[in-house]
Amino acid sequence: MSASFEFTPENKKRFEEILRRYPTKRAAMLPSLHLTQEQEGYISPEAEQYIADLLEVPVVDVREVVSFYTMFTRNPLGKHHIRVCESLSCWVRGSDEVKETLEKELGVESGGITEDGEYSWEVIPDCLGACELAPMLQLDGYFEGNLTREKVVELLKKQAASKTSGK
Amino acid sequence: MPIVKNISEFFGNENARSLKWRLEHGGYESARKALREMKPDEVTETVINSNLRGLGGAGFPTGRKWSFVPKGTDKPKYLAVNCDEAEPGTFKDKYIVEWDPHRLLEGIIICSYAVGIHTAYIYIRGEYVRPFERLEQAVKEAYAGGIIGEKVLGEDYKLDVFIHRGAGAYICGEETGLLESLEGKKGWPRLKPPFPALVGAFGCPTVINNVETLSHLPGIIKNGAQWFSDLGCERNGGSRLFALSGCVNKPGVYELPMGTPMKELIYEHGGGILEGRKLKAVVPGGTSSAVLTAEEAEMATLDFDCLAKLKSMAGSGAVIVLDEDVCMVKALHNIEHFFSHESCGQCTPCREGTAWVFRILTRIVEGGGTMADIATLKNLGQNMGGTSICALCEGAAMPLRSFVSKFEDEFEYYVKHKRSLVEDRKRNAVAV
Ligand SMILES: Cc1cc2nc3c(=O)[nH]c(=O)nc-3n(C[C@H](O)[C@H](O)[C@H](O)COP(=O)(O)O)c2cc1C
Repeated sequence: MSASFEFTPENKKRFEEILRRYPTKRAAMLPSLHLTQEQEGYISPEAEQYIADLLEVPVVDVREVVSFYTMFTRNPLGKHHIRVCESLSCWVRGSDEVKETLEKELGVESGGITEDGEYSWEVIPDCLGACELAPMLQLDGYFEGNLTREKVVELLKKQAASKTSGK
Repeated sequence: MPIVKNISEFFGNENARSLKWRLEHGGYESARKALREMKPDEVTETVINSNLRGLGGAGFPTGRKWSFVPKGTDKPKYLAVNCDEAEPGTFKDKYIVEWDPHRLLEGIIICSYAVGIHTAYIYIRGEYVRPFERLEQAVKEAYAGGIIGEKVLGEDYKLDVFIHRGAGAYICGEETGLLESLEGKKGWPRLKPPFPALVGAFGCPTVINNVETLSHLPGIIKNGAQWFSDLGCERNGGSRLFALSGCVNKPGVYELPMGTPMKELIYEHGGGILEGRKLKAVVPGGTSSAVLTAEEAEMATLDFDCLAKLKSMAGSGAVIVLDEDVCMVKALHNIEHFFSHESCGQCTPCREGTAWVFRILTRIVEGGGTMADIATLKNLGQNMGGTSICALCEGAAMPLRSFVSKFEDEFEYYVKHKRSLVEDRKRNAVAV
């Protein structure tokens, strides 16, 4: 765990640019938290304090926002994060199979991280907005759809291969 | 009715995202026409006459909404573009943003000019990564190309467009939840009045419109109000993107005139039901809408008024098809899981009600339900709606009421046998 948190010089510049978009500092909250998570992988208590100081709000206001939005995480995730959509259209097209396959292949339940820290995954009850690809998941933010057991296995293999080839 | 290509013209065309290509293909001509040849009020008048209605879910007449914004105010005015798109089953705005972002930007210019807005925020859900990247690229090109910024299209009009990413909260699609989120807070909806047209973002007059609503503006300005309103049906102007998903052969986005028969969307454009199975039910406007039985669906037309008559709603245009193999108890369990997860927690009937409904349904699908549970579900369905600040709670109550009343036999069977009627039937069919 990092004892302190600070934006990198590059992100400090981006933060200054973000501030210019809004009439209040507080409005920069969500973009600043996205920036924090991009830099650090998660939002630590130290980072919350840092953002609070930058935006001149009490730290509890930052915590409240971090805990309200599901995409912000206060714990580190795997190097790659997978989110499985379980809303109605995905469910009728077989999201259960996607879930079972991931659980088996990764050896951890939804919400967990693999031992080597490569993957974390979660099932979410929200619709990810890609029902034309149902059943689908999101790998590091990008959509993968029309999934079957075989396709999920293949996807994980491809991911592993691209790592060893240094891509 | 055939597919139309008013706003879906360039879906799938890899070139259309580039400003240069888009300018060669009619891009920003309507915005230029509005700025050069029309007075702001004329633009609003045209939009009112076109019968364009809000396509985010509520169907409010767009031009009329703009006309509520005060004229003589010295406060800045804002446009908040709703690209939160989180109603389950909805994925149409993503197509606009990914394939034709300049059409949206052109719509933003037209609306801003009509209302006297100089700052627009596009609120895009955080989960939309590729759509965000493409939109960001388009905004950058539009600034660099002098389309937006200090002098919009070279005219004496200033307009800034900023993208604001959400972070995973359905409630931020609700217009005042969106404004809270834009201001850097958790997305708790505001009490109305005051309406956003008077007190919106940062305490200033604000227009909130859906991505698709705004994307129709270039066509309306180009071809006229009459053209648009003739295309649809009474009081429902133009065409609309329908996001078709579930148990159909060809899920996808289809642009059709308002008033198109539901049957046509499902069977002609959508290629019919998976593996030739029978249609059982349709969720016609996102999971907040009341489910229709197959018979109702087969006589329904796709417009706000017909679906309201059937005590459901056209909502976000998300049509989810359920076939005979879908267990309606489990389907409702799935829907209410979503609502209980997404209730923001501000109003008691919604926070407690959605969680209670989900607990009861979980008990039933796990085989521990009683007949009294079904009665409680009906009671909650009657009492949850209309008791909270925003419409999320009613959105949870609509499927609850309609699933339980229209498919009561399945709920009763499940309670009595501790198993799904549909799954038992499937099993028996295999055994025979
Ligand atoms: C819980 C809830 C979620 C909503 N989500 C969205 C959404 O994701 N996108 C959207 O455009 N409208 C959404 N709406 C509707 C908005 O409140 C608002 O009516 C709409 O953005 C207005 O734009 P329009 O008139 O162009 O449709 C939602 C409403 C509610 C109650």
